[in-house]
Amino acid sequence: MSTQSAENTNILHVEHVTMQFGGVVAVNDLSLDVNEGEIVALIGPNGAGKTTAFNVITGVYEPTNGLVSFRGTPIIENHPKGKMKKLYQGDAPLSYDKSIVKTPDRITKLGIARTFQNIRLFKKMTVFENVLIARHMRSNANFLSATFRLNHAEEAANREEAMRYLEMVGLADEKDELATSLPYGKQRRLEIARALATEPTLLLLDEPAAGMNPQETLELAAFIREIKEKLHLSVFVIEHHMDLIMEISDRIYVLDFGKLIATGTPEEIQNNPRVIEAYLGVGDEDA
Amino acid sequence: MDFASFFSKNLPYLLAGISVGGQYALIAIGYTMVYGILRLINFAHGDIFMVAGLLMIYSTTVFPLWVSIPLTIVVTVILGMMVEKVAYKPLRSAPRMSVMISAIGVSYLLQNLALYVTGGLAKPYPAIPGISATVTIGPATTKWVTIITPFLTLLLVVLLMQLINHTKIGMAMRAVANDFETSRLMGIQVDAVISMTFIIGSFLAAVGSLLYFSNYPSVVPTSGAMPGLKAFVAAVFGGIGSIPGAVIGAFIIGISENIIKGAGWTTFSDAFTFALLIVVLLVKPTGLFGEGAKDKV
Amino acid sequence: MNKDKMINGIISAILLALLFGLVVLLDHTLPTTGIAMTVLQKCCIYSLVAVSMNLLNGFTGLFSLGQAGFMLLGAYTYGILTIPVDARPSVYQYFDGGIVQFSVPFWVGILAAGCVAALFAWLIGLPVLRLKSDYLAIATLGFAEILRAFCQWDKLGGLTNGSNMLRKYPSFNTLLFPFTVSVICIAVIVLLINSSYGRAFKAIRDDEVAAEAMGINLAHHKRMSFCISSFFAGIGGALLAMFQTTVQASAFKTNMTYEILLVVVIGGLGSVTGSIIATFLFYLCSEWWLRFLDSEIMIGAFKVPLLRPGFRKVVFSIVIMVIVLFARKGIMGDREFSVAAVRRWFGKHRSSGSEGKEEKA
Repeated sequence: MSTQSAENTNILHVEHVTMQFGGVVAVNDLSLDVNEGEIVALIGPNGAGKTTAFNVITGVYEPTNGLVSFRGTPIIENHPKGKMKKLYQGDAPLSYDKSIVKTPDRITKLGIARTFQNIRLFKKMTVFENVLIARHMRSNANFLSATFRLNHAEEAANREEAMRYLEMVGLADEKDELATSLPYGKQRRLEIARALATEPTLLLLDEPAAGMNPQETLELAAFIREIKEKLHLSVFVIEHHMDLIMEISDRIYVLDFGKLIATGTPEEIQNNPRVIEAYLGVGDEDA
Repeated sequence: MDFASFFSKNLPYLLAGISVGGQYALIAIGYTMVYGILRLINFAHGDIFMVAGLLMIYSTTVFPLWVSIPLTIVVTVILGMMVEKVAYKPLRSAPRMSVMISAIGVSYLLQNLALYVTGGLAKPYPAIPGISATVTIGPATTKWVTIITPFLTLLLVVLLMQLINHTKIGMAMRAVANDFETSRLMGIQVDAVISMTFIIGSFLAAVGSLLYFSNYPSVVPTSGAMPGLKAFVAAVFGGIGSIPGAVIGAFIIGISENIIKGAGWTTFSDAFTFALLIVVLLVKPTGLFGEGAKDKV
Repeated sequence: MNKDKMINGIISAILLALLFGLVVLLDHTLPTTGIAMTVLQKCCIYSLVAVSMNLLNGFTGLFSLGQAGFMLLGAYTYGILTIPVDARPSVYQYFDGGIVQFSVPFWVGILAAGCVAALFAWLIGLPVLRLKSDYLAIATLGFAEILRAFCQWDKLGGLTNGSNMLRKYPSFNTLLFPFTVSVICIAVIVLLINSSYGRAFKAIRDDEVAAEAMGINLAHHKRMSFCISSFFAGIGGALLAMFQTTVQASAFKTNMTYEILLVVVIGGLGSVTGSIIATFLFYLCSEWWLRFLDSEIMIGAFKVPLLRPGFRKVVFSIVIMVIVLFARKGIMGDREFSVAAVRRWFGKHRSSGSEGKEEKA
């Protein structure tokens, strides 16, 4: 529905990415695309390599081989070198020769924000400060002007922005509480608020519905669609809850043992025999 | 300068280096084993070494040598175990930084205790017959301890390797060093293994102190700090967690620093050790024989 | 809300003014070379050093043990630059009067002390800050030792006077001077901690991976924290040089760093006021109030057991161990003592009667 006009504007392009830890190939020859305005899902059984793929895209891991580009500019490009070349076990062709690895902070600055599967909030900070942190990167102050409060106009604007994101996720009342004192579901929402405050154009959500009941999951689905429209985002989501995935995604990629086994619309995926064999059987038991 | 003259000129320093290297090796094993299991730089280990020196001094004023040597070793071992039980065990689930601060606290305590007991006076170290006597080798005059140290060190290391590779407790130690939590789940008495580690470490430190201080006129409360740090550097250099690595690292450091002293650069003999440490940490943090770290994001 | 803030500000300002008044009063009443004066001066200086160490260890989560090295740089820079030209031949008597043949006013010397320490921190930080926790600690400790060796090297004697001491540079004999310098420096550190950059430091401490995902450049911010901390450690070193009136490299040993670290831990990692309170408690007790533990005391014919030189330090070390083991958060934890916190605390007590005991600031 939302994809018609934007089909052609590719924003995230992943090509032949392989991530190998010693002899274990966690992600093998993964290629995928996320287009402007889409909600794309990456699904697969536990240990299929989904979070590893996220970690490569956001620069946490340096891939063994492959290319990631964002809005046409390569942000990560790599190929196995030296000793690793001999040990390389992936299937992707070794055609990349440059070595660009942008650090996670640079990638965030370009407009990719993420949440974490195992919530990683700043434990000793308040809810408000957790969101305010995300504004640091977008401010122009250097440490001297910040120390001597020459940036108070900008700081005030940042505080207002942070408040706006907290209101968006419905945590304005808890703003002065310690982040870790929030209940689980609210911590997840705080992570999303924090990610949104970095002003991304692509939002990566790593199992946002983990630990939520069906009612909360439905609310989350509505919320994801709402922020997508409101902030003109593209969303790339890893999830286990099939109802959430089928509800919100425009396209789905299925990963099994590090390899892509299927891709298509929710209907196509639901009827794909390989996917049913590899995943949906397990998924039904989960749900 | 040809090799022969270089050799004869540097022989005294070379001999001293091998000897000091052996003594560092005995201390370094304590560091490397504790780090291998607890991931803790036991800052107090050098001070336990110093306390062993003082114990020897005080016990020889009362007992004959054949009593005071074993007594020194036994008391040092008990001290090492006590430090672990009191200062490290309660912090087992605390962040690594807390345990390290605790180790620094123990080091501070032992030094101040030594200062109190000795009244701040340098205590002369007793002569031990057999190892304190002088001997002449070619152009070099030295003490017997210089000759004995490397052999005794190697003997003890071989025995230790036998213990680690061929006994049940040794196997448990290897398992705990490999994976602390899994070992606990597999029913290994982790606390007993840790105690054993401290026993072995303190025992070797006590033997090392007998050899080390025989070469020096006296012991002061800060005597343990520098050898301790150097032994730790040796452990890092050899690859922390690896016993042969620690021994080789210790010999290299002992020999290099004495050659540097021989070349008239005494000011930098300590600095050299730390420069070596920094280079190793930056270039090959796993050291000569260390295994790769397994960090998870 | 805002009115509350204003009241807090006014009360804080009044308290600070009173403190300044007290310091001026003490300057006029205490004998200049008396023990009270010396200890208070020392407390002011070490407060700054402890707070600067806390900025790194407590607020940024970088476990560095290089503090003594940066203090050494500060002390030497100050000494070298400020010794009057006509005093140089006698100070550098073994090095032909030294190679520096000018001298700068004391305040330039103090600033230069900070800058040199920060510059070295920047250089050392390039390689070292990539290391993690205990490896970072041991590498910074190693650098401090290397710096000390260089300062004692006779080839550099024209600059550092080799292993001889530097002396005859301008110093102070009031309490007001070290107090003012420390207050200004600590105020700057507090402003930094509460700024956007301070929040970024705390984010790095709490979770490096998440901080990076928030767009915080780890290398850049760690280096910044390291340099700023060293800058103030350098100023602390310069003040210490002035306080001691002589400087010798051999005094800046690892034990100095350990002692400052223990003070910071006692005060609470992540609390500025904690560090200050702990510094005053530590040095007032160890150098003044508990001195009696070091002297033999006779009560009638009875000699109090254990009391003799060194006992004070033993008692001290045991107290420290107890704090490290049983009160791991130190005196203040990561809370701060402030007018706002005290008022809130009292407010809570008034409203909830005598019950509410816990308080988070």
